[in-house]
Amino acid sequence: MKLRAPFRTAVVALIWAWMLLFVFLPNLLVIVASFLVRDDVHFVRPEASLESYARLLDPVYAGVFLDSLGMAVTTTLVCLLIGYPFAYAVSRLPARVKPLLIFLVILPFWTNSLVRTYAMKLLLATNGLTNQALLGLGIVDAPLRMLYTEGAVIAGLVYVLLPFMILPLYAVFEQLREDLLEVSSDLGAERWRTFRYVVLPLTMPGVLAGCLLVLIPAVGMFYVADVLGGARHLLIGNVIKNQFLDARDWPFGAAASILLTLAMALLLYAYYLSARMVRRRSADDALA
Amino acid sequence: MRWLKHGYLGLVYLLLYLPIAVLVVFSFNASRNPYRWQGLSLEWYARLWDNDALIQAAANSLLLATTAATLSTLIGTLTAIALHRYRFRGKRLLNGMLFVVMMSPDIVLAISLLVLFILLGVKLGYLSLLLAHVTFCLPFVVVTVYARLSGFNAQIIEAARDLGASEWQMLRTVLVPIIFPAVMAGWLLGFTLSLDDVVVSIFVTGPTFEVLPLRIYSMVRLGVKPEVNALATVLLMLSLLALLASQYFLARK
Amino acid sequence: MAPTRTDAEAAWRVATPEQTILQLQGISKSFDDKRVVCPLDLDVRHGEFLTLLGPSGCGKTTLLRLIGGFERPDGGTILLAGRDITRLPPNQRPVNTVFQSYALFPHMSVFDNVAYGLRAERRPRAEVESRVREVLNMVQLEELAGRRPDQLSGGQQQRVAIARAVIKKPRLLLLDEPLSALDYKLRKQMQIELKRIQRELGITFLFVTHDQEEALSMSDRVVVMREGHVEQIGTPRDVYENPSNLFVARFVGEINVFDAEVAEVLGDGRLVGQIEGRRITLPARNGGFAVGDALHVLLRPEDLRLLPPEREEGFSGEVVERNYKGMTLESVIRLESGLQLLASEFFDEDDPDFDYRLGERIKVTWVPNWEILLPRETARAV
Repeated sequence: MKLRAPFRTAVVALIWAWMLLFVFLPNLLVIVASFLVRDDVHFVRPEASLESYARLLDPVYAGVFLDSLGMAVTTTLVCLLIGYPFAYAVSRLPARVKPLLIFLVILPFWTNSLVRTYAMKLLLATNGLTNQALLGLGIVDAPLRMLYTEGAVIAGLVYVLLPFMILPLYAVFEQLREDLLEVSSDLGAERWRTFRYVVLPLTMPGVLAGCLLVLIPAVGMFYVADVLGGARHLLIGNVIKNQFLDARDWPFGAAASILLTLAMALLLYAYYLSARMVRRRSADDALA
Repeated sequence: MRWLKHGYLGLVYLLLYLPIAVLVVFSFNASRNPYRWQGLSLEWYARLWDNDALIQAAANSLLLATTAATLSTLIGTLTAIALHRYRFRGKRLLNGMLFVVMMSPDIVLAISLLVLFILLGVKLGYLSLLLAHVTFCLPFVVVTVYARLSGFNAQIIEAARDLGASEWQMLRTVLVPIIFPAVMAGWLLGFTLSLDDVVVSIFVTGPTFEVLPLRIYSMVRLGVKPEVNALATVLLMLSLLALLASQYFLARK
Repeated sequence: MAPTRTDAEAAWRVATPEQTILQLQGISKSFDDKRVVCPLDLDVRHGEFLTLLGPSGCGKTTLLRLIGGFERPDGGTILLAGRDITRLPPNQRPVNTVFQSYALFPHMSVFDNVAYGLRAERRPRAEVESRVREVLNMVQLEELAGRRPDQLSGGQQQRVAIARAVIKKPRLLLLDEPLSALDYKLRKQMQIELKRIQRELGITFLFVTHDQEEALSMSDRVVVMREGHVEQIGTPRDVYENPSNLFVARFVGEINVFDAEVAEVLGDGRLVGQIEGRRITLPARNGGFAVGDALHVLLRPEDLRLLPPEREEGFSGEVVERNYKGMTLESVIRLESGLQLLASEFFDEDDPDFDYRLGERIKVTWVPNWEILLPRETARAV
């Protein structure tokens, strides 16, 4: 085994160095910073304090936190509702069109997501195209106020994040073998039972992965809130960004970021538990 | 049932592409008013051509995405091979860290790297952007390549060793050629993620190296800028061209 | 237990060590605290076709992987032609493997697959060219040299895997269930082919299978394994006709087992056994049994004879199943005690004796002296 040692050692050392330097150390620094005091010149003063965490309890910030989580959860559910049937429908199409259709889902990524958010703005503005269409068709008398609302932020988040829901769902639907569905209907299960006891449990991993991939970035996408929500509808990302780039209050920004991380860790733990439960339940079902 | 399915697919694609279509159409609008069509014009393309800063930012973004994707593919592929093939201490921890990077919100990664770069005195610019982008692309490359590695018959590797290939010969002649499609997919994923990123770029960029998101951010936050429409259209056409070219070469091969 | 031919062979092995190509001494292997190979010794003779036979999970594949160098033993030594190769990586062992999945390189042509081993050694181009042609010729694949593995049938892929493994003329060729993915007819054909290749090359073959028929028909010697232990080593005939225990007896083929007691030991060494309420004279077994000993009397299905019910001799029973198998006809007979027997007779349409119907009462006997006697086993039931 001596022969392959140099290659292995080099690779392992490289990746470890990278992860320690660019993942472990920075996160450690953020944790330390959150317990220090703000300093105008050097960003932080080495003085232990819990002040930043105390400030997070302020109703204003607590409100932003809850609103932001609420918007993220709504976004996730909307993406799931749109993406689940979509991924299923694509996966059952002939093999020669599938790659193209999936590619069309990814293609918008190549225009930067900020540009796509801006395109949403063009659609939603008071004198924008949606309102023009609604007025023209006589559905409304006066233009609707859509931009700078919570709904606009959610629409923007859904638009930007939808592919992250579709791709993992498509992956599990692709692995869902047609014969399983046939067996189920062959055994006399009607559509709903087939869905409930065969399709849903088997696609659950994709549902969970998609939800995480949407929910987690959704809380941080400050530019979507900036462009579509104006100053009123903030995400946690806006709070953190303002502290670091505008207010220059590192300890407070760091504390907010740690709170966010903890919230996400809790969600991941819930994911882990539910994934385990799904596995166990499907194992039980298989045995029953 | 069939038309319902196809109609639904069509509707979702309409949702995905309507905003982009509007963007493209209005890039040819003669009016500054972005909501009213007033005839065909290439004015915004001319403006874009004159906007050196915007073009420079776009070029910078492409350069960054290319180099970040390449570097992360290199490191990520090696890491995936090491994770798949070797036992070493701290392997679970390394897996865990990659998972954390993949799952942590961009903004958390962004501020932690900003703090690191400032404290270490790394000048914010190309280097800081590259390091940051490689870091968030890495886990995705690792996952893509690892999936391919665990998907193919491990006996093929053993066969190569059995026939007298050294570890290095085996990697060069068997393993890498077989996982090459996944490596390319990893590169494409890294390229896409890097080009699409806004959050991390805004934090770790500096005045010496302006990238597209930052430039556009300052332009569109306040108002509507039709040059951005023109730029988005150009970028879209470029990516479509790249796609067609790659299809052409793949088909010829 | 009575000395069998296996013991005689052990003595012969010690006498001529220069005939041994591979020696395993006290080899053991565990995965996650689970013993897969218990410390075992095994000698493989130069030029023989030796088969490791056993049910899945018996350790036969692990043993092969230890010899190939893909796993490290926890203890023991592997000697190849007297040289210790226990710690050598696979690429430095003069041993090659035919994998169960064939493990062909999917991105290379047949030619490049077969040439791989020589090119890894950086042999001159001309030599590679001629050797590959020669080996492809041997497996009758010259015309397909330019194809990719996915353009080949299962049998052709199998041939490529064999050609690739023998091109370096290994001292020992390891074959890990190489025929298990083929359909019945192709498998039969490849069995003959493999024997021919082995004869032509004079390479020692170490073959792993769970198919007893395959093992018996191809091998010079068979090693029957169970749960990491060697249960018996011997020629196919030896293993089939003189199994050393109930497990081997049952694994190498169908067998009927009667429980019996020794009622009397005759002067010439023969025994009288009490079987199913009848006294039956059994053949002599050296150093064997005393009156009162419990034993198993084993009979292969083809050794049973079915007689009309009015005959004196034999055990009465009832035909409960008849299965036509082409060459033979299999009958399941339930004796009055409830014991079920399997009898297999060669098919002969003209023989009226043969025509028993379901439910018909008959008598069962067997050819005297073809019984296998084993001491009664209680603990290690199969």
